[in-house]
Amino acid sequence: MGLLDYFISSRSKGTANVAKERLQILVAHDRAARDQPSYLPQLQEEILAVIRKYVDVDLSAVSVNYEQEDSHEVLELNIVLPDTIHQRA
Amino acid sequence: MARIIVITSGKGGVGKTTTSAALAMGLAQRGKRTVVIDFDVGLRNLDLIMGCERRVVYDFINVINGEANLNQALIRDKRCDHLYVLPASQTRDKDALTKEGVERVLTQLSEDYDFVVCDSPAGIEHGANMAMYFADDAVVVTNPEVSSVRDSDRMLGILSSRSRRAENGDEPIREYLLLTRYDPQRVANGEMLSVDDVQEILSLHLLGVVPESKAVLNASNAGVPVILDRESDAGQAYNDMVSRYLGEDVPHRFLNPEKKGFLSRLFKG
Repeated sequence: MGLLDYFISSRSKGTANVAKERLQILVAHDRAARDQPSYLPQLQEEILAVIRKYVDVDLSAVSVNYEQEDSHEVLELNIVLPDTIHQRA
Repeated sequence: MARIIVITSGKGGVGKTTTSAALAMGLAQRGKRTVVIDFDVGLRNLDLIMGCERRVVYDFINVINGEANLNQALIRDKRCDHLYVLPASQTRDKDALTKEGVERVLTQLSEDYDFVVCDSPAGIEHGANMAMYFADDAVVVTNPEVSSVRDSDRMLGILSSRSRRAENGDEPIREYLLLTRYDPQRVANGEMLSVDDVQEILSLHLLGVVPESKAVLNASNAGVPVILDRESDAGQAYNDMVSRYLGEDVPHRFLNPEKKGFLSRLFKG
């Protein structure tokens, strides 16, 4: 059995590299979320509420991005307006 | 002034208490006056690992509540003069561990000791926060396994934002990585994350690598910190860790599989 295992293990590649790749993605994602100010989700919600007073958009149409560069922070707001704007009376 | 060291990990079962006991014993054996505190309120275990469970009279919460003074609660280790254990309470009231109370006890200990080792409970609840809040140094105990590495990274985020040093804008907590339950053979087979893999993800100062070892269970069975088992690989790895923590330049060992003879490899024996 020992001999057989030896040949099998040298052929199959192991799962450590899968673990490493998954972790790298996950940790990068976690860290990005960690550095964001905690008010972001609420900010997004309130901005959405304001926009909805005038335009019919849903949650996915508003994205709030926060990026930290060396000396300054960038808050990027992206709103996708629908093709035909239905104004509310 | 004592240096306050927290042993933390986020994930449970990775070896925090084993490491706390080993580090405290190692420091004390090198002549440093050391106290090791169990912060796991309700699930006290450090006393068992240290082998002093039958000598517990008063605990950490008793001291905080003024029901006992520190000298009544501290248990002197029978193997090493410089080492004292402050056991956790078995109360189910976690809020008994107040920030003011913890600060008072740590300040008092700081006057008489060189090192205070805080054995954190798992998780990111109150007890874990209290264990790390006042820390100067943090040893992040990690297993080479995905959930442990992720939790360690999470703890690093908390250490850098929710500690006294972070809140006061002082020099940040010094963070060290201790990789435990390392199996060099499985790493060689590509079945386990290597030290380098974990370092690449967490990028911390590596304090040591403790191999998966039967000596750890044997030591906890007997209530003897594994660092006292000088014959064992884990005991030696922990001794190296303590030396490195104190600034010695000690090469890492136990990173490669033991070389087996041709026949034993053939017959797996």
